[in-house]
Amino acid sequence: MKQVFRRPASLLDVPFHFCAGCHHGLIHRLVAEAIDHFELREKTIGVAGVGCAVFIYEYFDIDVLEAPHGRAPAVATGLKRVLPERIIFTYQGDGDLASIGMSEIMHTANRGENITVIFVNNTVYGMTGGQMAPTTLLGQETTTSPYGRDLQQAGYPFRMAELIASLGGASYSARVAVHNAAHVLKAKKIVRQAFEMQIKGKGFSFVEFLSACPTNWGMKPQQALARIENELIPFFPLGIFKESRE
Amino acid sequence: MGRIIIKQERCKSCGLCLLACPKKLIKLSEKMNEQGVYPVEFSDSRNGECTGCALCAEVCPDVVIEVWR
Amino acid sequence: MEKRLFIRGNEALCRGAIKAGCRYYFGYPITPQNDIPEFFSKNLPKVEGCFIQAESEISSINMLLGAAAAGARAMTSSASPGISLMQEGISYMAGSELPGVIVNIMRSGPGLGGISASQGDYFQATRGGGHGDYRTIVLAPHSVQEMHDLAILAFDLADKYRNPVIILADAVLGQMQESMVERPLLPMSLPTKDWILTGASGRKPRLIKSLYLKEGEMERHNWKLFAKYQQMKKEEVRWETQLIEDAELIIVAFGTAARVSKSAIRIARTAGMKVGLLRPITLFPFPEEALAKIAQAGKKFLTVEMNTGQMVEDVRLAVGRPGEVFFYGHPPGSPPVPEEIWEEIKKVY
Repeated sequence: MKQVFRRPASLLDVPFHFCAGCHHGLIHRLVAEAIDHFELREKTIGVAGVGCAVFIYEYFDIDVLEAPHGRAPAVATGLKRVLPERIIFTYQGDGDLASIGMSEIMHTANRGENITVIFVNNTVYGMTGGQMAPTTLLGQETTTSPYGRDLQQAGYPFRMAELIASLGGASYSARVAVHNAAHVLKAKKIVRQAFEMQIKGKGFSFVEFLSACPTNWGMKPQQALARIENELIPFFPLGIFKESRE
Repeated sequence: MGRIIIKQERCKSCGLCLLACPKKLIKLSEKMNEQGVYPVEFSDSRNGECTGCALCAEVCPDVVIEVWR
Repeated sequence: MEKRLFIRGNEALCRGAIKAGCRYYFGYPITPQNDIPEFFSKNLPKVEGCFIQAESEISSINMLLGAAAAGARAMTSSASPGISLMQEGISYMAGSELPGVIVNIMRSGPGLGGISASQGDYFQATRGGGHGDYRTIVLAPHSVQEMHDLAILAFDLADKYRNPVIILADAVLGQMQESMVERPLLPMSLPTKDWILTGASGRKPRLIKSLYLKEGEMERHNWKLFAKYQQMKKEEVRWETQLIEDAELIIVAFGTAARVSKSAIRIARTAGMKVGLLRPITLFPFPEEALAKIAQAGKKFLTVEMNTGQMVEDVRLAVGRPGEVFFYGHPPGSPPVPEEIWEEIKKVY
């Protein structure tokens, strides 16, 4: 018998501190697998957002730069302009990317900066205890929308993958989920495609992951999976919204 | 013909692998690990049922499963 | 052969930066410093540099953070309200020990204020501005030549200390035209950048961050930064004196206020008054010892600023005898004229 599944080399052999059933660990692994697949470990620099995402430096065996909240795309721009031959990716949650960082992500994508953004969307602010996020669904209860997200008060949730796809500078924009094996395998391919865009110098690539936050959803891990299937996917459709052919 | 090894001390008992295994060869252990949770365990007593499909490992958020085929 | 140019202060600063090897500029338009991004947009491509007009000052400082982490000499510029937006980024750069040059061509405030020159950001520049226990070296030019020379010095000091450096100028210095010479500075011996992020090829991965959560880490890090700032205080204080030896009254002023004070001193000397000038060139580290020494000889001080009283606090602290430190403030609206400073000299002499 030979080993057919092992921890990717770019992922350090340390326990994840994430909550049980949180998908961050899975998403970290998929990114590490893509880095290994293209043999990028020695030329990749990760930029950490703020939130549960901030600890990527504990888990990835690569150079990492910590950015202020929301500013990872701008920080990544600075890095990539100085080091155009290196692979630069950001790893950001929904508050970091779609709230405080909305300006930076839109402009970085619009300029077509040749970086890859990994966007983890779990419809809440995880690290800070479950407040409403820009991607919180209408009616969803959070610690700052205790009566459910109200349209009049808070507006609609953002569909980031579609928004990014509408920008000229974006070469690739997709949304995936990882709540069951079939989706994980699909997501694996899509993450690879996103990094391949950067390797080929095609411009800005973006992958949005629908992710579980059992703790702040007040659910057990397996219930959280059902929420992704039944509530998130209908509003945040999966698919590739833009794929540059040139 | 396959088998898996589970790092039980790292398992957080989220149960995602349980759902993923098409042959239902993973179950909750009755022995608590040092983190205070009941990890999962591989129960392929009817030897040879595991095909090494690795779906359990693919869905594990904590990368605690290794697979051989 | 040194080239003599008759150019604007903002342009002189840009030329100095390029001479110092700055090849990355990220900035956002704001009066009165637009000459800077405009100059770089035209001239950085000529030296294979990179110019980005960022979407905001927040983005600008963060692009600078990224470029610095990659080992490049990079800078940004803005004027007062834009510098307010950059404070978080500057704090992060100081905490992460990243070099970079930030130029503030001061305009009036607070708030939207106006586009005329002021010195109202002295506190912002020297008292952090951003959160946490950090300092930035603050250089205060007072001529177009110094806009050029101090720009070069700023990059060297930033690399020497792995720290952000602020150049604090104002609308008058930025917009005025004067004769200057594009001369190099004495080369400074600088440490190798063995901490930059370039991809972990043939070495262990590196991490640049400012987050310290483990037991005792934060305290150690803060003392480490403190030691750096103490070294700055020992080695980097710069100031200019004029007619100080026999002076009974010493004007303390920086930037444009110092220029105008020089003219006022000429008027005073013609009238037989023994007035001199101490002009801080580094606002941090502040020339405390130089002032204290003069104070011991029982002299009087007149602090002249284009604000309602900021540097005067540092002068009082250094001098130690508050009664003998007078203040003349000319808040923004128009620059002060020598005559009004001369009137004040007569009052306090």
